[in-house]
Amino acid sequence: METVIELNDVVAVLGGFPALAGVSLSVQRGEIVLLQGPNGAGKTSVLRVCAGLLPVERGTGRVLGKDLATQREDIRSRVGLLGHQNGLYLDLTVKQNVEFWASSVGATAEEVRDAMARMRIDGRLANVKAAQLSAGQRRRTALASLIVRRAEVWLLDEPHAGLDAAGRDELDELLRSAVRAGATVVLASHESERAAGLATRTVTIDGGGAQ
Amino acid sequence: MSTPRNNRVYITRAVARKDLRIEWNSRILVNQVAPFAAIVMVLFAFALDNDGILQRVAPGLVWLATLFSMLVVIQRSFSVESADGALDALRVAGVDPVAIFLGKSLALAVQLLVLEALLIFTAVVLYAVEMTLAGFGLVVVTVVAATVGLACVGTLYGGLAAGVRGRETLLPLLLLPVVAPVLIGATRATESAFGSGGATISEGWPWVGLLAVFAVLFVAVGSVAFGPLVDE
Repeated sequence: METVIELNDVVAVLGGFPALAGVSLSVQRGEIVLLQGPNGAGKTSVLRVCAGLLPVERGTGRVLGKDLATQREDIRSRVGLLGHQNGLYLDLTVKQNVEFWASSVGATAEEVRDAMARMRIDGRLANVKAAQLSAGQRRRTALASLIVRRAEVWLLDEPHAGLDAAGRDELDELLRSAVRAGATVVLASHESERAAGLATRTVTIDGGGAQ
Repeated sequence: MSTPRNNRVYITRAVARKDLRIEWNSRILVNQVAPFAAIVMVLFAFALDNDGILQRVAPGLVWLATLFSMLVVIQRSFSVESADGALDALRVAGVDPVAIFLGKSLALAVQLLVLEALLIFTAVVLYAVEMTLAGFGLVVVTVVAATVGLACVGTLYGGLAAGVRGRETLLPLLLLPVVAPVLIGATRATESAFGSGGATISEGWPWVGLLAVFAVLFVAVGSVAFGPLVDE
């Protein structure tokens, strides 16, 4: 199997404080890996390192075969990170938000329509400003934006947050179908029971390493 | 082959269109910034209250009001990026930082042009400034050259201050000293266009040349520095 993410004893620093103190992690293509651990363990930092947002201070790391120290730009264009924030423009409508992210990769109008239909944000919601959406609707808009960006690795931080029961089921199905289409998913979630049912493997992050 | 993801012109247009759509949807420029700029011009008129003095200092007042209004527009341009983590999302998406810089600068320039047109019109009406056709031509070129420089340096410093605590107060502190040469050049060129204090049109063109040099400099420096600054 192809190794998509490979972290070896990675140390990362955020604002002068150690965010990761020697994490090692290996993820194969097609896996859905759940990161578990207490608050402050470094789950979000692992995701940000893998997205090329947080620089590696020590240790080595590769994502999709690219070096995290020297090829971060190449990595960024192929991964999608959904963090605590949704990355939306609150004064744009739902459709305008998805269209903007689609335009960044040249996705077609049909891909935009499909992604919006999959996340149930088409119809009346399409023309509502993001600022007027509920937390769950914003999350679904962000996920639609991730779909049209054609990310190969999905890095999701608390993806179920704000979603209702139906939305959570749909998200799980979306992630499974993304994996069937060749994507790899790494998610951090406090909803361990639900996420464990979805994940193919669970990894515990304790700040010093992955087990 | 150039795909949309790495086509700088395509991404620049997409970013600029997005920023202008945000302005169109929110109408902050029309409903808040433009009235603010007009009020500043009226207050200048009340404070100086002398037609002779107003005509003499009108060019400086136009460009000072432009700078004050520009600060509000820049804050707005980057608050929409940070409100829900969109700037982070752009960085993660690997969107070309040069294209982000150029796109945001282009959108800011369009908004500044609208503001400057309004301010010059206000100066003509309120301060009884008279302009010849040659003076009008000089003003148009001055406005374009100054706007390119202001938009680029404003975007650069807006991006720099975006992730910093206290950015609302930090931005004017960082930006105003840097744009001082543009303020001086634009004011002198506009004085020539307005004929303020007996200045002639020909005296204005060397200042336009200086503004053009600053515009080129700010485009170049901004294109190189924006990505690393925002990444930090």
